[in-house]
This record gives sequence, structure tokens and C-alpha cells, in this order.
Amino acid sequence: MNGESPKPVTWETFAAGLWRENPVFVMLLGMCPVLAVTNSAVNALAMGLATTFVLVASGLLVSLLRAAIPKQVRIATYIVIIATFVTIVDYTIQAISLDLYNALGAFIQLIVVNCIILGRAEAYASRNRPLPAVVNALGMGVGFTFALLCLGGVRELLGAGSLFGVALFGDRFEPWVVMLLPPGGFLVLGGWLLLFAWLRRRRGQAVSVEGGTCHTIR
Amino acid sequence: MSGTRIELRTAPHAHAPVDVPLIMRHVIYALLPIVAWSVWLFGLGTLLLILTVTATALATERLLGGEGGERSIRDGSAVITGLLLALTLPPAFPLWMGVVAAVAAIGLGKMLFGGLGMNPLNPALVGRAFVQAAFPASITTWIPPLGAERFTSVAPSTLAPPFLRPEGLAEWIADQRVDAFTGATPLGLFKFDGVITPLRDLLAGTTAGSAGETPALLIVACGLYLAFRRFLDWRIPLAVMAGVVLAAGPLHLLDAERFPDPWFMLLSGGLMLGAWFMATDMVGSPVTPWGVLIYGLLIGLLTVVIRLFGGLSEGVMYAILLANAATPLIERLTQPRVFGAARRKE
Repeated sequence: MNGESPKPVTWETFAAGLWRENPVFVMLLGMCPVLAVTNSAVNALAMGLATTFVLVASGLLVSLLRAAIPKQVRIATYIVIIATFVTIVDYTIQAISLDLYNALGAFIQLIVVNCIILGRAEAYASRNRPLPAVVNALGMGVGFTFALLCLGGVRELLGAGSLFGVALFGDRFEPWVVMLLPPGGFLVLGGWLLLFAWLRRRRGQAVSVEGGTCHTIR
Repeated sequence: MSGTRIELRTAPHAHAPVDVPLIMRHVIYALLPIVAWSVWLFGLGTLLLILTVTATALATERLLGGEGGERSIRDGSAVITGLLLALTLPPAFPLWMGVVAAVAAIGLGKMLFGGLGMNPLNPALVGRAFVQAAFPASITTWIPPLGAERFTSVAPSTLAPPFLRPEGLAEWIADQRVDAFTGATPLGLFKFDGVITPLRDLLAGTTAGSAGETPALLIVACGLYLAFRRFLDWRIPLAVMAGVVLAAGPLHLLDAERFPDPWFMLLSGGLMLGAWFMATDMVGSPVTPWGVLIYGLLIGLLTVVIRLFGGLSEGVMYAILLANAATPLIERLTQPRVFGAARRKE
């Protein structure tokens, strides 16, 4: 992680965020939206896509400007860049679907302080050329969206008997009210963490994260 | 140096033949009369519920126990969790929800923390709290005791297919030919209608309520058996009851219209079952002499506060869970002075 080592863009650049460094299931970052907006699969998907967009766009811009940003004010600069894209997302979602906008509430604006994005900007985008930065951000975004969908799917399935708003069990389904409430978020997250930790152990992968990438902001 | 052998042993030299399986077996014996009375009151459906929940508890323990599962189901603690959980559920609770409750009880309440002896909270109550949060309607749907057809038919809600809403219970209750059943427990009747159930019914258990929480007299008798065998700490139920009386008594004297008398508070709801069989869970309760007292009083006080001032009509479950959670703190604060150690200087 020292300066301008021109790393080749490999599958691993993209796949790191999917599995080995999955922001939710491995790094446990961004817990706030993970727990708060995953009460339905649609909300989870929208939140995931919004975050992915901000991740990719801010990654690109930070990477392009990495030589111009003074080291002393870099965090503030990243925040301004991220906030710009969050504003775009904010207004776009409002224009597409007001229902969705109201369901996600303050959590769209709160993407600004999502530590995954700031972490990527600090640990990856500011040290790499634009192409790997974008590919890596995309991988992280897809990994984040995947994690949100894992939670949102289970919670909507048990809590409302539907998936993406399509009822699966007919109208006699008895909803598990607890799944839509905050405790359900914690329970389902715990269940997924258990499952993924177990899978990783079975595959013999040590739970170690590439040096420095996430130790800086945990 | 010939022939004489001296065997060297370390203390303790005297052993009591009491181990975990023995205690658990006796707790099961003490629960069986309550189970029998519960089946007599509520019928075949309740028997099915108790069997299903207990079997699920055992299966979950076996499955999640991994290699130690075989051994850990043999100590009998999972049977107790299953029985206690079933006794706290409504008699016509759907079987599939009972399965969910048992999996939550053993899985979330016990095995997740490392199995027997590691659980900070009472597993049976964790299971009940889970279904209370998941299925708020079913967990507060009661059936009358001593229904006419309770041994020839099973309430339709008991046999509701998995994941589906129980239906048709009202017609079934109408078939039971019970006079004036309002569908509420004594505590609910008091809280929402201001009706006090006669003490005779509370003592015998011939009221609506969870499967095994109603017969106050029988529960005390079974609990006393365990207390005399020293398989439970008699100070805990006593302190719980003292807590209830200390909290409910002054309130009753203050305003007899709004607050019921302590007898009613003691004998209604799940207080007796909770005080004798759940609060006394050896894992979740303190061991220090003063700690036991504080723990019991806390449960009694919280129960009264939740019942009289909370939104729910019953609060024993949450009171015990809260006191379980406070146990490490209570024990820390009430550590006895080590014999011979100097008094701490101020």
C-alpha cells in the first residue's frame, strides 16, 4: 500500500469485496443501514444500489484527484466528494419513487458517513489508478448489496411472507412480527454472520484482511 | 516396607451422590403433576403441545450440541426447558409456533452461549419472549379450562399448518359449552375490565391462562418438594413473593379500587410457576446470600410494576429475564468478605 504501485486489474480486485473482504460479513462495516433498512428486499436493494453508485463515483473522483488533494485535508475532501454524489442519489430516488424515499428515510443522507465509502476512498482509491479503484469499489458495492439482500430477503420472507413485495404464502400467512422490528435485524445478521464464519472455516480461509485495507477504519 | 500401602488423596473426601442428571430428573418429577393437571384442564391439544415442544427442545439440543449433543441431551436439562416452555404457552398455541419457540429457547437461549451452565438467561423464557415478539396475537389467545369436548377434539388453532394463521378457534370454544368465557386471563380481566377472579379458581387453576401457570396451589406443592430435597434455593421464591407483596401491598392500601390486593397478584398469572421453577434456575440466579434476596425482590417488584403500569397484563417473564441479566452485577456487588480477610478501610 505504498503510493503508486501500478497493480494490474484482476478478478481479485473485483471479488475482494464479494467474499474475502465483504464489507458487512467480514469487516462488519456500515452496520447502521444494514440493520435499519433491511426490513424488506426492495428497501435493501435500493439502499445497496444507492451505496454502490456513491462508492463507484466517489472512488473514481478520488482516484483522479489523488495527486491534487493535500494530505492534511484529505478526509474533508473525501467527505465533500462523497456528499456530492449522495445528494445526487438523494434527489434521484426522490424523483423515481417517493414511497421508497420515505421508506429509506434519513439513511440515504447517512450514506455520507458510511464508513465503507470513506474506507475505500482512504485505503484504496487514493492510492490506485482510476480503473482498479472503480473495479474495487464496484466489487465492494456488489458485496454490500448482496449482504443487504441476504438480510432483507429473510426478514421480508418471515416478517411479511413475501419477497420483493410478491406474496409467497397466500393470505393466511402468519407474519413473524419480530422480524420486521429491530431485534429481527440483529437476529438475522447474527445468523448470517454465523453461517458465513462457518463456511469460511470449512474452506480453511483465515479471517484476515489484506494489510491495512480495513484496519485503518474499523 | 512390605504390604502396607498408603493411598494419598486430595480433598474433598466426602462426596454427595448428587449430580446434574439427578437434580434434573427430580425437577422433571416435580413438573409432571403440573403437566398432568394442565392436560386435565385443557385437554388433548395441550398434551400434543407439551410433547411437541419437549421433543423439539431435545432435537435442537442434540443437533446443535455437535459431538457433545448425545451426552448433553442425557442430562435432562433440555427436557426441563421444553416442559417449562410448553407450560408457559397458551393451551391452544399452534404446534408449529411451539416448534419455533423451542428452537429459539435451546438455540438462542442456551446452545449459542455454550450449553448447560453457560446461559445467562433462562432458556425457556427466551423461547417464550421470542414467540411473544413474533406472534403477539397467538400468544394471547386463550381457551377456557374444562371444556366439554377437550378430550375428544383438538382446538383448530393447535393444528394450524406451518406458517399459516390459526383459524376457527371461536367456533371450537363455542362448542365447549362453557359459561361466559371472555377469552382473557384473570390478569387481563382485571386490567381491562376491573374484574377480580375468585381466589378458589386461582388456587385450583380453573381459569384461562398458559397451559401450566394456573394451578397456584399445585405449583407451590411441587416447588416445596424440590425445596425440601434442596434442589432449589427456597430463598428465591420467597424473596420473589415478598417483593410482590411489598410492592403491591402499599399500592392496594393507597387505592383499593385501582390496585388489586397482594393475594390476587401472587396467585394470578405466571408468578408461582415463575417464582418456583424459572427464577430458581441455577445458572441465571445469584449464589451470594444477599444477592439471592436482591434478585428475588427485584423480580417481584418488576412484575408488579409491569402488571400495573405497563401495557401488558402479565410481566413475570420480562421481570425474570431482566433479573437474570442483572445477576452478574448483583453478584459483584454482594461478594461476601473472605473469611479472615481484613475489612476494607474507608
